[in-house]
Amino acid sequence: MSMEIAIPQPVERENYLNKKYGVWSWLLTTDHKRIALLYLLSITFFFFIGGFFALLIRLELLTPAGDLVQADTYNKLFTMHGMVMVFFFLIPSIPAVLGNFLVPMMIGAKDLAFPRINLLSWYLYVIGGVLMLHCMLTGGVDTGWTFYAPYSTNFTNTKIVEAGLAIFIAGFSSILTGLNFVVTIHRMRAPGMTWSRLPLFIWAHYATSIIQLLGTPVVAVTIVLVAAERALHLGIFDPKLGGDPLLFQHLFWFYSHPAVYIMILPSMGVVTEIIACFSRKRIFGYSFVAFSSIAIAVFGFLVWAHHMFVAGMSVYAALVFSLLSYAVAVPSAIKVFNWTATLYKGSIHYDAPMLYAFGFLGLFTVGGLTGLFLAALGIDTHVTDTYFVVAHFHYIMVGGAVMGYLGGMHFWWPKISGRLYPEGWARLAALIVFIGFNLTFFPQFLLGYMGMPRRYYDYSHMPEFQVLNVLSTAGATVLGVGYLLPMIYFLWSMRYGKPAPDNPWNAAGLEWKTSSPPTTFNFEEEPVVTWEAYNYEELDSPDKDAPHSEEVPVAR
Amino acid sequence: MPDSTAVLHQEEDRPELLHHFADAEQQRDASSLGMWVFLATEVMFFGGLFCAYLVYRRWYFGDFAAASKSINMALGATNTAVLICSSLTVVLAVWAAQTARRTLLLVSLAITMLLGVTFLGIKGIEYRDKFVEHHVPGASFSFEHESIPGHPGQYANPRHAQIFFSLYFVMTGLHALHMIIGLGIFLWLLIMAWKGRFTPEYNTPIEIGGLYWHFVDIIWIYLFPLLYLIDRHP
Repeated sequence: MSMEIAIPQPVERENYLNKKYGVWSWLLTTDHKRIALLYLLSITFFFFIGGFFALLIRLELLTPAGDLVQADTYNKLFTMHGMVMVFFFLIPSIPAVLGNFLVPMMIGAKDLAFPRINLLSWYLYVIGGVLMLHCMLTGGVDTGWTFYAPYSTNFTNTKIVEAGLAIFIAGFSSILTGLNFVVTIHRMRAPGMTWSRLPLFIWAHYATSIIQLLGTPVVAVTIVLVAAERALHLGIFDPKLGGDPLLFQHLFWFYSHPAVYIMILPSMGVVTEIIACFSRKRIFGYSFVAFSSIAIAVFGFLVWAHHMFVAGMSVYAALVFSLLSYAVAVPSAIKVFNWTATLYKGSIHYDAPMLYAFGFLGLFTVGGLTGLFLAALGIDTHVTDTYFVVAHFHYIMVGGAVMGYLGGMHFWWPKISGRLYPEGWARLAALIVFIGFNLTFFPQFLLGYMGMPRRYYDYSHMPEFQVLNVLSTAGATVLGVGYLLPMIYFLWSMRYGKPAPDNPWNAAGLEWKTSSPPTTFNFEEEPVVTWEAYNYEELDSPDKDAPHSEEVPVAR
Repeated sequence: MPDSTAVLHQEEDRPELLHHFADAEQQRDASSLGMWVFLATEVMFFGGLFCAYLVYRRWYFGDFAAASKSINMALGATNTAVLICSSLTVVLAVWAAQTARRTLLLVSLAITMLLGVTFLGIKGIEYRDKFVEHHVPGASFSFEHESIPGHPGQYANPRHAQIFFSLYFVMTGLHALHMIIGLGIFLWLLIMAWKGRFTPEYNTPIEIGGLYWHFVDIIWIYLFPLLYLIDRHP
């Protein structure tokens, strides 16, 4: 839309990237923007490791016979794929990269409330990541990312304690990020930036932080119990000693279900920003979108046992959890309807971020609706532990969360790097990702419904599943290309991209009112907010110098 | 100038005000809110353990009561008193920092640490007793012929009692770990106070360190009756 406004500007303004050089200026930085880039590097690394495992899984399933890897190797492959993608890519992805970069800028602060704790959280992530790598290289884990007891505590001979420790440490990093966001959003807002003027990206991150803060410690203590049980032979989850394996599942899913919302809520925040900007409209139903984020965070804590419908739980409990799982669909649907209403009669621009947002809308809706299938007791009993479940959560986590992440990376790349990415390539990549994604995961819905169980490396008893599996593997290859492309042209644009103007999208929001890339303290002087969020009608009105709708006295 | 020192405010008279805060009040509010939020995560951390405790205590009440009888209530009660006293000295330390009473501040911090160490020492004695009595879960665990209180002739199931001791060691062990971290924090506070860093205008570290200490005490206030006083009658 606005590539033509590449305003020539002095090339080397001082900014957070060129202020200081050298390894130590990065490794000891307390600047939230530099820490965001450190996170970007490290999560991209783990994304490709996790992707490599996914590729091997898909290659194994290309043929019905188990011929590429052996059964226990396959178990380790899907386990490590899950652990790496969930704990080392998806959970930190948007909050730790885009959130870290944008939360202080969007509310008009110089930094997060606790810059050194922010750096500490990255180091914890790295320590957890190195442990995970070591665990992988020395044998890995074969329990599935859920490490269910008593298999994980009494039977498997793989590196449970080490993987648990890695996840415990990474979880601590996630808690510290959430803590920083909550305090920052409460205490660091610029004068005039009231709660009802916050960008919805901030509301989404606030809701995410609540889950990180209240959910992560529970999985942490669960991991402590598993490790203690394994190392010291306690017996808390061991049915032989009167312990209860179901208790493990309850404690595990109490975090790990809300963890899905840690992945999807920030993505929803990103999509909200993109949709408002590229349809040039104020978001429809601001307060509904804001409070639906909080509602998702709250309801998200009350639905965990829908992962356990066939685990031997009381049928009455299952009934309640089924009902509550339906309830989560309400705030999610509110969001989808409000985004659609925002698009309605908007002046829509089909730039790459918007293409990803469209992709998110469609894929998240499919993922959400199949979630309702799974919340229904009857259908869930039929499709439990089949590829239907695998397809469902990939539509949410990859189709939803990763689409939003890529959309956000494109949307804010000019701000982050000070360069424009090549728009044509970006649109092509968005298309490839969308096609590749659907080709990979839609066949899995069909496979699951026909009865293909998940976590099997050999389906030679059901050779008719092969066609759909070949489609899925082919799709994964396409998807892989779609993910490689942005990485290549983002790197390319850092050197050869056109310098970005301060506000290439003519977007609302404080982060666009400072230079690209911003200076270390974000703003030349402390901003005072006198306008409502998403004032696109105002920005686009021909009379640009019209006074802002209202002057609100500075409250602090 | 390296980044770590660049974060310090330029004004000479307020070295403790970090660059990204508008004023000292905002900084204090942020630090204190940060500690409260952190304590909320700690509640959830221990909450998982309390949840496990609740489940098994309901299932195996008699066995839990028998196992609970075997731990030394007198030592537990002494430790409760020790921690309550330490909370008092923490409050005194905060008050002393706010009112610039240097000697009282140093003495209160030192006594708090002393009480913390006393707690850990008594805890150590309790753990040693459990080792001696073979009440530590694992291969050498033994809890044979221990009668269930109130049910003469009925013996506790050793396997279920082992779950009690598992929870006992995990819960008190994690609590003790928090105490050790608290001692580290208070040692740092003591050094800073010795150097005269705290003034009536700037004493946030004492305040939030104190919040942490009180939290660890409160966890013990729950642990003591839940672990030591199951089915005890006068």
